[in-house]
Amino acid sequence: MDTETAVHDPIRLIIKRQEGPDAKPRWEEFSVAYQPHMNVVSALMEIRKNPVNAQGKPTTPVVWESVCLEEVCGACTMIINGTPRQACSALIDDLKQPIRLEPLTKFPLVRDLKVDRTLLFDALKKTHAWIDIDGPFDLGPGPRMSAHTQSWAYELSRCMTCGCCFEACPNTGHANKFVGPAAISQVRLFNAHPTGKLNKQERLRSIMGADGITSCGNAQNCVRVCPKDIPLTTSIAQMNRDTTVQSIRNVFGSDA
Amino acid sequence: MDKDRRANFLRKLHSFAGVFPLGIFLCFHMCVNYSANWGTAPYDTMGSFMAHMPYKVVLETFVIFLPLLFHALYGVYISLTSSVTVQRYRYFRNWCYVLQRIAGIVTLLFVVWHIYGTKLQVELTGVDPSYAMVAGIVATPIGLALFAIGLFCSIYHFCNGLWTFLITWGITVSPRSQKISGYVLFALFIAFAAFGLKALFAFVG
Repeated sequence: MDTETAVHDPIRLIIKRQEGPDAKPRWEEFSVAYQPHMNVVSALMEIRKNPVNAQGKPTTPVVWESVCLEEVCGACTMIINGTPRQACSALIDDLKQPIRLEPLTKFPLVRDLKVDRTLLFDALKKTHAWIDIDGPFDLGPGPRMSAHTQSWAYELSRCMTCGCCFEACPNTGHANKFVGPAAISQVRLFNAHPTGKLNKQERLRSIMGADGITSCGNAQNCVRVCPKDIPLTTSIAQMNRDTTVQSIRNVFGSDA
Repeated sequence: MDKDRRANFLRKLHSFAGVFPLGIFLCFHMCVNYSANWGTAPYDTMGSFMAHMPYKVVLETFVIFLPLLFHALYGVYISLTSSVTVQRYRYFRNWCYVLQRIAGIVTLLFVVWHIYGTKLQVELTGVDPSYAMVAGIVATPIGLALFAIGLFCSIYHFCNGLWTFLITWGITVSPRSQKISGYVLFALFIAFAAFGLKALFAFVG
């Protein structure tokens, strides 16, 4: 361990700092002693232990969020060397130095690398991204899902609402109110479920407004940055088909 | 229709109008242009036919100008609410997305210039569109270059727009089908560009 530490140069990090939502952002450089198998979270923990910047000046500890440390919660999502991804699965050995850390840009900033991703949760609430199983009495077992549907639905269920797709989309934020790729993919997931299907029309209608699926511009950045390799563009295209059919039913159908 | 639903409808209408009738009109227009390869007289005959078509005003208004005006104005609005992210996300499709918006705005400027140079002259002076009229516009190197740029942008905007149209209407859903439609439409882009250039150079003396 000691010999390994001795031969390595310290890790160089350049972090975008911001005291609060309205404060002016600035870049601060840090130098952290190398240890084997470090990731961005453990490097940030080192800075927190000893908040001194690369110039040797004491500074405030960098604020960031993390929970699971195994790329399933999405809390530590930030922009690392220009790419939105999770800090826990960003291994120092794989990153080009100096490592540049920035907060996500499409969400209200709290401080430093911490942002408020509530709007992603709001999108799930808006699109009815759950299955109603509770009632005043036992509803009994639901119908079975085919093994084939299970296999592709599982891929969609791996979404952790991290915000990478929302961040990379050129049609979210700023002048647009686009709900984002993740929520649309969740509509496909819950509409594929035999019990979830009961609320299919409600979900489709939730993505047929000004902030809905027609705000997608097909740049397809979302599918490229998704850390869970979710086929987001396939979900969007399928929901395009389903909402088109729903529109026809709304106008001409008897059961809309 | 409430405001929320209206936005959804307008987006779909914008996508639809780009192909029906505007895309079909573009194809038709390029076929008419091609007749210049057969000589001055066949092209002028075509021009006279177009100028004296039955129900010309109705057809022009509802098949061309109104859809064009809507597609152009709403397209500018879409472009202005999009963001350019190719400096960070250097993916092929992201470039196509940006180029689609740039090509759309260049095409709009080209169409305005083109209507001014041909259609408006026909209406104001009462002459039929002719070979000589177009030849006069592309006689200078600048005129020819501007025409070629406008032609390329409109063809790119149409072909790439067809690719997104197929997704927007839920026709190409799987990544494989989107890849195949991408290849087919790229081939169409090359074919249209060659076809359009051949027609354009028929006007260069």
